[in-house]
Amino acid sequence: MSDFPYLSVLTAAPLVGAAVVALLPRSRPELAKRVALIWSLGVLVLAGATWVAFQPTGDTFQLRESYPWIPHWGVNFTFAADGIALVMLALIAVLVPLVILASWHDAERPNMRRSVPAFFALILALQGTMIGVFAAADVFLFYVFFEVMLVPMYFLIGAYGGARRQYAAVKFFIYALVGGLFMLAAVVGLWVVGGGTLDWQSLTQIDMSTGTERWLFLGFFLAFAIKAPFFPFHTWLPDAGGAAPAGVAVLLVGVLDKVATFGILRYSLPLFPEATLWFAPYVLALAVIGILYAALLAIGQNDLKRLVAYTSIAHFGFIGVGIFVFTSQAGTGAVLYMVNHGLATGLLFLVVGMLVSRRGSSLISDFGGAGKLVPVLAGVLLFAGMASLSLPGLAPFISEFLVLIGAFAVNAPVAVISTLGIILAAAYVLWMIQRTTHGPVNPKLTSMPEMKRDLSLREKVVVAPMIVLIIFFGFYPKPLTDVITPAVEATLTHVEVSEPADAPEAQP
Amino acid sequence: MPDFTLPSIDYLAISPLLILFGAACVGVLVEALVPRQYRHPIQLGLSLVAVLVALVMVIRLAGTAVITAGGSVTVDGPALFMQGALFVFAFVALLLIGERRVERQGAFVAQAAIPVGSRADTKQLTALSATEVYPLTLFSLGGMALFISANDLLTMFIALEVLSLPLYLMCALARRQRLISQEAAVKYFLLGAYASAFFLFGVALAYGFAGSVDFADIHAAIGESPYHPGLVFAALALIVMGLLFKAAAAPFHVWTPDVYQGAPTPIVAFMAAGTKVAAFGALLRVTYVAFEQLAWEWLPIIGVIAVLTMMLGAILAVTQTDIKRLLAYSWIANAGYVLVGVLAVGRAGASATMFYLVAYGFAVLAAFAVITLVRDKDGETPYLARWAGLGRNSPLIAGAFTLVMLALAGIPLTAGFTAKFAVFSAALAAGEAWLVIAGVLSSLIIAFPYLRVVVMMWLSEPTESTSTVAKPGILTGSALAIGVAAIVVLGVAPGPVLDLAHNAAVFLR
Repeated sequence: MSDFPYLSVLTAAPLVGAAVVALLPRSRPELAKRVALIWSLGVLVLAGATWVAFQPTGDTFQLRESYPWIPHWGVNFTFAADGIALVMLALIAVLVPLVILASWHDAERPNMRRSVPAFFALILALQGTMIGVFAAADVFLFYVFFEVMLVPMYFLIGAYGGARRQYAAVKFFIYALVGGLFMLAAVVGLWVVGGGTLDWQSLTQIDMSTGTERWLFLGFFLAFAIKAPFFPFHTWLPDAGGAAPAGVAVLLVGVLDKVATFGILRYSLPLFPEATLWFAPYVLALAVIGILYAALLAIGQNDLKRLVAYTSIAHFGFIGVGIFVFTSQAGTGAVLYMVNHGLATGLLFLVVGMLVSRRGSSLISDFGGAGKLVPVLAGVLLFAGMASLSLPGLAPFISEFLVLIGAFAVNAPVAVISTLGIILAAAYVLWMIQRTTHGPVNPKLTSMPEMKRDLSLREKVVVAPMIVLIIFFGFYPKPLTDVITPAVEATLTHVEVSEPADAPEAQP
Repeated sequence: MPDFTLPSIDYLAISPLLILFGAACVGVLVEALVPRQYRHPIQLGLSLVAVLVALVMVIRLAGTAVITAGGSVTVDGPALFMQGALFVFAFVALLLIGERRVERQGAFVAQAAIPVGSRADTKQLTALSATEVYPLTLFSLGGMALFISANDLLTMFIALEVLSLPLYLMCALARRQRLISQEAAVKYFLLGAYASAFFLFGVALAYGFAGSVDFADIHAAIGESPYHPGLVFAALALIVMGLLFKAAAAPFHVWTPDVYQGAPTPIVAFMAAGTKVAAFGALLRVTYVAFEQLAWEWLPIIGVIAVLTMMLGAILAVTQTDIKRLLAYSWIANAGYVLVGVLAVGRAGASATMFYLVAYGFAVLAAFAVITLVRDKDGETPYLARWAGLGRNSPLIAGAFTLVMLALAGIPLTAGFTAKFAVFSAALAAGEAWLVIAGVLSSLIIAFPYLRVVVMMWLSEPTESTSTVAKPGILTGSALAIGVAAIVVLGVAPGPVLDLAHNAAVFLR
């Protein structure tokens, strides 16, 4: 059973599903939804099997498969997963069925006549390309998925989004393409330096000159910084996240953006260790600025979806800090954060989407006292908010805590300034909740029958698993840390600062 | 009286050329002898068969490397590879040229020169279809095939004229929009004539320097002395100028948008795919075979031209509102990318260049096949605004065009990406990092207009002025299918073609 090609099947399954759903007749939307949902549940089962097949104590890279692809360039279809990739694959597999269920009516809103099968086919296609990105162990293959991923997301935002969807979609695409093309130049450079191979494992063995390494690092980093997004490359995210349908936004900030931090861990650190160390102070500065700047902007937002998008940028700052202080504690925290952020911010996006679809507006000022009309929904919003500001006992707390103590050990100023971000997080979350669900009821809301409909069974089924997971991992993160920590430690050996005591030397 | 011996000719090696020129002559006879109503199927069949047989001959010749016909023609790997590509492109283009279902009586008139609006011109708009275009296409194709396998500058010049003159004429043959069609032809002819003159002047100077127009002799003459007179540089500059005009590299690109806009779309498809192969094939041969030892002198200059071409094409594409003009600027930008491949002097550069030409050729053929289909009752509607919401009404056609746009933008899993990777990696391996940076920057800029077309088709609501999509006939349908399939295959599994290009990329001197 160990020879089963888990990763390639896991990548291909959603893509096949996308083709199947796309071919369903447009006149039968319900059928398309059901097929898509069942298919994504099948992918979830496959992902579960992959998780079981993975040995937490075994080699760093497991489930390796390799098929020749373009022998002329030494490019192969190589898949392999370490613990970091594995948890991301699991996160995708969990989120997509929930997103499909949450988006049940998103493609058929009254003012748009879009194809329903196409919407769900695009979500499955996005899932396939995202799995491919995390499963790839060949730089070329990674790049291919990295770029192709844009296409379904572009159509999801551009064709099914809210107001200003075209602007947001094009901005998203252009920003991502800018990063992608710089990465392409770096990939080509890597190919030349590597003597005609792009296999990850062989590339980690080569020595390159300092100058080359820094340039290549920059090429990759620029792509990742835009994708993540780090300050100051972040301006596309509030637009894209604000315009995307709620479910799509979950995939956008929950998974797609993680490709960047994953890429930094998988490619920047092992392939360009010296350059990573050299650039670390600057990246840390960007990350810290991002935490504070995005949190401040989040406080100032009057649009719910944009607000959540800004909180996400702030959280990415934490992940950046966790990676670039180079301690195994902080690194584990960062990867754990990648998962928890997917769950917490994902839940926040979904529940905000539910609120927004009832009101027909995403402006905070259009709400007020909504908790009296839809108490369960308001409760879930409060829970998601608490998870987002890292309340102890909920999953994000552990990751944030790990990042901060890991950072404190080697770089106290960064840790202290980042801690300010937590305070700001409390401010934007609590103030947002206060203005939407608490206080006197906005008279306009009471006249809207939609606003009196609390969570439906479908919506409860969507949020319940996420709530359960957030609480579960809040108390018992061991299943995740067991697979993450060895992978993070193996990654950090490339920059040769796995112990906090050595780390200060990393600062030039 | 001096002894005169006929040069020995390897008829098998030049058989593709003979077949094409022979079929073209037969086509002329058909025009003269066959009644008008039977000409179209005969001409189309004859041309397709000729191109196919020529292609089969090229495949059979694979691996041949000879210089024949008195040293005037080389049949080597690059020549055969690019001739093969040319014939495939010509076959697809002929399918588009032969289409009769989309527009009654086809897209062509018989007499290009009749003044627009005159009684004779009005009459020929409704007249039976004209079939002169087929022999013209075959002559032009034969010229292109000869162009890339010429072994001396004089043969190359003759081939240049043989390929160009029919094209000038064909540009003026559009049934609709006669005026801009004629204008396109005149512009193309005038500027093309200048370019030919430059080329010929360069040939004369090269003769003055080397005492011969043969590539091998020029190579030897350059090799004899380390000090080169200005003569040889002037010769090189003028010859390359003539070739860059055909390739539409900046600053010799200005004719492109007007010609693209005015010429009949199937002809543009033929030109875009075919002329580009021919021009760069010849450029490769001149620079790699005759003037290789001067590479250090011409590399920086052509490098600057490459950067200029990429940038200019990309920037000017952004403001276009007509899809044919947009593709024209895209052609210019792509000429820059191909030049990047040329500049990676050596086998990797030649194979990357050839692969790029193949990938790009299929993409533009598919693009123009779509353009012939999007129309209203007055003919094609290449105005971007009229493509709004096209995806709603005809998802398949809009999907095909989206694929072309993604390919041109260089998104992975399409031919365009593989091609870009090929030229960039060759250039970087040759140490030309600055070209790669410029290529990346211009790719960013030009992604914008491509994306705008996609936005128009899928994300905009259809309006009353949105064009309808004609049901493709079997000819256009197959042309489109071939183009789309090639884009996908060259993107997903480019291995065989890359290997083929690599194996073929050895020039015979």
